[in-house]
Amino acid sequence: MKLSGAQIIIETLIEQGVTDVFGYPGGQVLNIYDELYINRDRIHHTLTAHEQAAAHAADGYFRATGKTGVCIATSGPGATNLVTGIATAMLDSVAMVAITGNVSCDLIGRDSFQEIDITGVTLPITKHNYFVSRVEDLADTIREAFQIARSGRPGPVLVDVPKDVQAAKCEFENKEVLPLFEIPNAEEEQIEKAAELIDSCRKPYIYVGGGVIGTGIYDDVIKLAEKIDGVIGCSLMGISAIPTDCDRFLGMQGMHGHYASSVAQNNADLIFAVGVRFSDRATGNKKKYARGAKIIQIDVDFAEINKNIGVDVGIIADVADAFKRIADKVRAKKRPEWMQMINQYKNDELAHERKAQDRYKDMGKGGVPTPKQIIDIINENKASETVVATDVGQHQMWAAQFCRFEKARTFSSSGGLGTMGYGMGAAIGGATATKKRTVLITGDGSFGMNLNELATVVSYNLPVTIVIFNNGVLGMVRQWQTLFYQRHYSNTTLERKTDFVKLADAFGLKGIRTTTAEEFEAAFKEANATDGPVLIDCAIDCDEFVLPMLPPGGSMDDIITEKGE
Amino acid sequence: MNNKFVIAVYVENKFGVLTRVTSMFTRRGFNIDALTVGETEHPEYSRITISMSGDGYAREQMINQLRKIHSVKKVEYLDENSLTRELLLIKIKNELKNRQEVLSAIQIFGSKIVDYSVNAICVEITGEPSKINAFIDVLKPYGIIEMCRTGIVALERGEGSILGK
Repeated sequence: MKLSGAQIIIETLIEQGVTDVFGYPGGQVLNIYDELYINRDRIHHTLTAHEQAAAHAADGYFRATGKTGVCIATSGPGATNLVTGIATAMLDSVAMVAITGNVSCDLIGRDSFQEIDITGVTLPITKHNYFVSRVEDLADTIREAFQIARSGRPGPVLVDVPKDVQAAKCEFENKEVLPLFEIPNAEEEQIEKAAELIDSCRKPYIYVGGGVIGTGIYDDVIKLAEKIDGVIGCSLMGISAIPTDCDRFLGMQGMHGHYASSVAQNNADLIFAVGVRFSDRATGNKKKYARGAKIIQIDVDFAEINKNIGVDVGIIADVADAFKRIADKVRAKKRPEWMQMINQYKNDELAHERKAQDRYKDMGKGGVPTPKQIIDIINENKASETVVATDVGQHQMWAAQFCRFEKARTFSSSGGLGTMGYGMGAAIGGATATKKRTVLITGDGSFGMNLNELATVVSYNLPVTIVIFNNGVLGMVRQWQTLFYQRHYSNTTLERKTDFVKLADAFGLKGIRTTTAEEFEAAFKEANATDGPVLIDCAIDCDEFVLPMLPPGGSMDDIITEKGE
Repeated sequence: MNNKFVIAVYVENKFGVLTRVTSMFTRRGFNIDALTVGETEHPEYSRITISMSGDGYAREQMINQLRKIHSVKKVEYLDENSLTRELLLIKIKNELKNRQEVLSAIQIFGSKIVDYSVNAICVEITGEPSKINAFIDVLKPYGIIEMCRTGIVALERGEGSILGK
């Protein structure tokens, strides 16, 4: 059967199991959009207000489901608008296929209207990319793009298709979905070495990252922690892999990690790192990082072993397989001394938290809720499967610290790239994928970067509760300015007069302003009872800090747990 | 410890692949000394030979990051026992007072005159980089007008092939 390139794109997407795509039409993807129109019952297209959000939505869709996210944009500015979204996906190992149109082959290289070398632009931020110059290559290229995006460590793949290739016809036959690339099994010797290290340690800490999300080994991790009397901590990307209420789980560690989790990792004599890459935000000063610990690292990406932190046993393997084999091998053992230390760390953490709360009362600002109060209310009023998306900044770290999770894939946050403006797109992707209420925790700064997507949540009546932590400042940068730049609040005080409630009204959704915890609770419940999107403009204090904090380049010796005067 | 080392890479013989490889060097901050690329016994692959200096960490990182590039089929570290060759074209001033010395240097190094004019001699030499360096050092006092090195190509000794591994 002869099909056009545009038809082939749609047919191969469907062949790959794609049901939803996100995008924005334009001159060089008209053929694809024509086929999207014809096939609108087979594949659902979400039109965003800006291509960046289409990429973030594809990203949020993957994080919520594990299904490869797909976004489509036209050539030139459409394609470059995807770039931040693709880079975000690259840094956080998100499986994504981005399809861009380009000018016809005969116009390539002539600086034609809306021509850009998008494969060149995205070279360092994609796992792989393609420029398809022949319609005969198109179907297999798209198949391969999905294979690469999903195999091993996931990542984004871009396929650039000139307009004449979309229009040209060739024979097409459906094919089986390509199998994922094979991952070598861990050698038995390595497994034994790892098990021996665990057996001989006194203070084990299991450190889970994004590589654990989607493996299904959550129970195995908890069981191993129980078996060896150890504890579990995670990176930002590992959040939601382990249920928050698991008593072995200490939460996120690192620059803004939970005190107990960071201290425990620093004092552990064994770190069992599973699908985690020791980013600088997680380790602080690498020379001082976990000095007394032997490190075992399992990762599917061989290039992560010994990249940031030298390890004692590095295992390149399917994380689930290697983990289970190691867990089977180790001996059950009680480590009461370690547990005693852990309890002490937990008590210290509670004391720090209490002190922070007391201090807050002393400030006499009882009216405005604290970030923790707001998130506690969210926790009590969200379902176990609710996806929480965030933007980037203080609110993100508070969400990472205080949000409670029961199921994996319920936290979408830009970790590696730290993309302000990620949240609206991610929430659109999450709500589209789950068809359930999705909560976006954002700040007034981040929200300002993609608030045009209010149009999208209204158009599709997506059940998104947008909670803006509104402090009138760029809080995280301000925190650094307070601590390290002599309170020179350079361009972080947003003297904007934006009325978010009126803005919501203008976009056609309900907006509620809250200044107390009670008001916020009522608003959040009202949102839950609503069918579509709701925006809550929630006032918080501009001098709230994210604590604890390891100063950049610092170590646990430099941890800040209290806000000074 | 910074050592010089050589890495051989088989890549898909396709448009843009060299850019993928060199773009990675920039992104990861690798400083390479030389790079050569050319056809191989398999028309679908090109072979890139990279020489760089660095410690064991740099070497491991380089190999790992190369292997991650989808268009890269094989990466192999070539140890000091490997055969390495480089070609140099060098143009030296042809002055009466130095002519005999220059000609004997050319002869001693087993190099070949490829162009001869009243004012200049152009010489071709192949050999290991150390030999090329020595040759350049010897010619320097006589006045080098222009020179061009290819960067090294390298093969392992013996019957094996990198792709066959």
